[in-house]
Amino acid sequence: MSVRHILFILVAVLAPLIRTASFADGFAGLGDEAKGFAVVTAGTPIIFPRDFGAHPGFRTEWWYLTANLEDSSGASYGIQWTLFRQASAPGKERKGWANQNVWMGHAAVTSGTEHLFAETFARGGVGQAGVTAEPFAAWIDDWRFATRDDAPGAGLARMTVSANGADFRYTLDLAAEGSIVLHGKDGFSLKSDDGRASYYFSQPFFKVDGVLVIRGREVKVSGLGWMDREWSSQPLTATEKGWDWFSLHFSNGEKLMVFRLRDETTRGFSAGTWIGADGTPQALDRDDSVLKPLSEMTLAGRILPGRWRLQVRSHGLDIETTMVNPDSWMATRFSYWEGPIGFRGTHQGKGYLEMTGY
Amino acid sequence: MTQAFWTFIALVSHWRRHPVNFGALFVGLAIATALWSGVQALNEHARASYDRAASIFGAGGARSIVPTRGGSVSQDLFVKLRLAGWKVSPVLEGTVRIHGKRFRLIGIEPVTLPREAGVAVVAGEGALGAFLKPPGRMIVTPETLRELSAAESVAIVIDGGKTLPPIEALAAALPGALVVDIGVAQAVLNRPEQISRLIFKEPPSAVAPPLATVAGDALRLVPPREEESDIRRLTESFHLNLTAFGLLACLVGFFIVHAAFGLAFEQRLAMVRTMRAVGVSARTLIVAMLGELALLALVAGSAGVGAGYLLAAALLPDMAASLDGLYGARVAGQLALDPMWWISGLGIAVIGSLVAAGGGLFKAFYLPVLMAAQPFAWRQVQQKFLWRRSVLGALGIAAFLVAHFYGKGLYAAFGMIAGLLLGAALLLPLLLDGVLRLGEKYASQPLAQWFWADCRQQLPGLSLALMALLLALSTNVGVGAMVEGFRKTFTQWLDERLVAEVYFEVAGNAETQQIEAWLEKRPEVSAILPMSKIKIRLGGWPVDIVGMKPHETYRNHFPMLSETGDAWGELQRGEGALVSEQLARRLDLALGSTLDVPAADGQWRVRIAGIFPDYGNPKGQLRIDIDRLMRLWPETPRMGYSLRTAPKAVPELIDALQTEFGQQISQISDQAAIKNLSMRIFERTFAVTAALNLLTLLVAGIALLANFLTLGNVRLAQLAPVWAVGVSRMRLAQLEFLRVLLLAAVTSAFALPLGLALAWQLVAVVNVQAFGWRLPFHVFPAQLGQTVALALLTAAAAAIWPIIRFVRITPAALAKVFANER
Repeated sequence: MSVRHILFILVAVLAPLIRTASFADGFAGLGDEAKGFAVVTAGTPIIFPRDFGAHPGFRTEWWYLTANLEDSSGASYGIQWTLFRQASAPGKERKGWANQNVWMGHAAVTSGTEHLFAETFARGGVGQAGVTAEPFAAWIDDWRFATRDDAPGAGLARMTVSANGADFRYTLDLAAEGSIVLHGKDGFSLKSDDGRASYYFSQPFFKVDGVLVIRGREVKVSGLGWMDREWSSQPLTATEKGWDWFSLHFSNGEKLMVFRLRDETTRGFSAGTWIGADGTPQALDRDDSVLKPLSEMTLAGRILPGRWRLQVRSHGLDIETTMVNPDSWMATRFSYWEGPIGFRGTHQGKGYLEMTGY
Repeated sequence: MTQAFWTFIALVSHWRRHPVNFGALFVGLAIATALWSGVQALNEHARASYDRAASIFGAGGARSIVPTRGGSVSQDLFVKLRLAGWKVSPVLEGTVRIHGKRFRLIGIEPVTLPREAGVAVVAGEGALGAFLKPPGRMIVTPETLRELSAAESVAIVIDGGKTLPPIEALAAALPGALVVDIGVAQAVLNRPEQISRLIFKEPPSAVAPPLATVAGDALRLVPPREEESDIRRLTESFHLNLTAFGLLACLVGFFIVHAAFGLAFEQRLAMVRTMRAVGVSARTLIVAMLGELALLALVAGSAGVGAGYLLAAALLPDMAASLDGLYGARVAGQLALDPMWWISGLGIAVIGSLVAAGGGLFKAFYLPVLMAAQPFAWRQVQQKFLWRRSVLGALGIAAFLVAHFYGKGLYAAFGMIAGLLLGAALLLPLLLDGVLRLGEKYASQPLAQWFWADCRQQLPGLSLALMALLLALSTNVGVGAMVEGFRKTFTQWLDERLVAEVYFEVAGNAETQQIEAWLEKRPEVSAILPMSKIKIRLGGWPVDIVGMKPHETYRNHFPMLSETGDAWGELQRGEGALVSEQLARRLDLALGSTLDVPAADGQWRVRIAGIFPDYGNPKGQLRIDIDRLMRLWPETPRMGYSLRTAPKAVPELIDALQTEFGQQISQISDQAAIKNLSMRIFERTFAVTAALNLLTLLVAGIALLANFLTLGNVRLAQLAPVWAVGVSRMRLAQLEFLRVLLLAAVTSAFALPLGLALAWQLVAVVNVQAFGWRLPFHVFPAQLGQTVALALLTAAAAAIWPIIRFVRITPAALAKVFANER
């Protein structure tokens, strides 16, 4: 996963904390505000299980799971489970209510006809939300994404995830069938031409089994999951308006993560990782991939791309995407589009799309 | 249409010729509206304040979870509940003192706070950030800011030395409360990791376990609206009392309207007859009269509503102070009223004047065209009204008796009072007539016979004003006796209850041992009496359980209504409890009956060993041995101490305590200061009642004056013949004055027993229903004498000007009466 959430997390709950008045001028101050927070530098090794856990020295980070699922009849579903952490001030984590972290959770279930979602918030320091590295557990309220109790020490290899909202809930088991993938240069993932970056790794090889309950109806599902971990302190430029992010599972076992940041003043920034079926990552040059909207749709009073054309020249990829449910709008306090997609063209498979800043 | 217009103009011209009558009508209507709408303004305003205060916890259907045994619980329970799927938000409430004044401090957690509840407090760009980021913010209303005598952005230091976050004033904030972040509240209140309430809006998730599975019996879900109903229920009787007063005053005002309009009708009979004779239809006449009345009601009503606003604004500080002192209910200091209030005030004026003038309109409609408009005819008609009125009066008394024997509750009690007062007022003309008939019977001289007969003849015209006087006087007697009785009882009770010389509270549990050890070493302290308190609910009612030491001091002085032979022994052994009168009445407890109290480890059964008066306390109270309390609720802090010492050692002891322990003790004061404070609350509570009482009497005075003035012209026709047969003007004036005094004296003679009956109703029925305690009934002869004097003075003051006018009248004018006779 990419920078996608940094923007909205900043504008979101915590925008008031940094007093960003608008997209245009608000982010200019981010560099200054980041003073005192840890800085993302190239060459810093990513270490497990330590880096599964939280990084209080950095301003923001997230644990992000999406999954493309199917029921016994072959109908498509998607789920999302996300936990964000945002610190309002640098320095040692303070105890109790004085703790400077605010946590936000988003969860969603999408089918061809429904998109149900929920959000929740928590202050740090009291235990309502948090993340531990070993054994790995990320939680907010009764939403939980953690190493299974029956597989202690398995890290991200054997996991369970659960969440619920007013009309839905899910409990899923995840088993990793491949290794963790570091994006960019050994996990150092550039986000702009002027060197802003984040630490970023994924586990894109989850096999998922479990039960969704949608408006009281139980659905047994199975499919593929993708987990992202990313943390940073000053990842965006002032003029970056939003982003479009894809994670794709190909039928031959290969994976692709690709994103573009839309910039008002420049041609923007894009990057990605082509992941071999054995987990070998290959960072894509910024000119290697082309992300182009083919149609537009109006949703929640905004105009968003509908179908996309994706090309990765170095791998001969040329596909056209379709949404499982175009109405996958996350009308949370800070809203965006996130949902499962299918595609056809040179490659077959399924994936997830996120579009923000529209 | 034109005909109706000119009829209207002709009718209205009457008021130009009779400005005093018009003045009486206008003032009566305006005063009635003012008193009613003023009282309603106070009630509405207070209720709006309660709703705002309740809204942080109950807005938009939010619910509360509170510690079962009151006080606070560990915030771990909050985390446990969240992790179990309950969408709760923690709150910590407490009290801080700033420059000796108490303020309610509320710690909230804005991130989890249901949006509906939190928006008013922490809304807008940057507000959440500023609220959370050290040093945070303290949100108050502009009125509270003034009460704090502070400016925005200032960080106040509370008594005890801790600093609050910088102030931010918001009009939408909670009246009387200081809202801070929960972390700040925990630090300031010295209750680390404690919470006193959880609120939630969203239901728990479908898979969430029940509350008891997560929290055992430590927490309790507050039934919907209990929160709001608590303060509303507690204050309801207060507002009902106000409403009853407003209604009574309003009624007296409408008596004026009735009298003034009735007289105007009488004076206009000739005009009406002439208009009918020249072809104005009864319908047109009624339309014109209705138009006249409606216009008058709107103009006078508007003036009345305006005056009502001013009255409410003037009484608001006293009302706010007494509500705060008695119930801890905070009322915003600025009157803000709904447009509906203005409209309903005008509505009362229009409807009231229609009802008050209805009789006149009815008569105008059915008036035979050529009816001779003679006072004698009028009197005959009035005689019929007298009987009709008396029948109504008898019905009122009957209603009183029915309510007395069969009625229950506060409304029945007020119904009883209304029946008694109205019944007595309506019977008054009949009673007066009886007295005057007796006088007539025993009079032997012609002039005396004329005097009595003339008094009787005057009665119908004066009866309405006299009824108003009767109502005002009896209310005066009744309320006066109640307030005086309360003052006497309350003072005596305070003396018995407050026997210790020094009182103080301790900030935290840790300090108590240290302070006790220090006190034990002081030779001047002869007794250390600790007290601790927890809040529970019994039968849905908020109850304080107070732990006390059954010390000699209490055994000898603590006031009791009734007790078993060994009440204090039972208390000491942990078998018995003392129960407040209110609680005993509410739960129907008698000496020897048992009570199950929810304690930390199950139910605790206790025997009632004594019942004590607890005047003015809206909550129930149960007093038990302090050691037993600490065993039953181990986490209860020891919060208060009373000390026995020689009175002259008091200032030095207080100084020494403050120097030694500083911020660890709070609210330290001596006996005299507490008595003063209690009496001040008491005085302010009755200030509103006293003001309304006085206004009612004033209205009655105006009614009398209006009557005498308007009757003046009619009187000439009756006095002229007596003058013509040789009685001097001065003699006639003396007789006129005597007549007024006689009627006032007889009225006040009736008002006294009526007032005492009212007082008895108030102390023995209304008070018990409204507040749960009964006051001893006292009669204060001096007060009664005062009331009679006041009645005579009012009547004399009202009569003196018309009589002076009569004395100064020229013989020519008197002689003219014969020429002008209708």
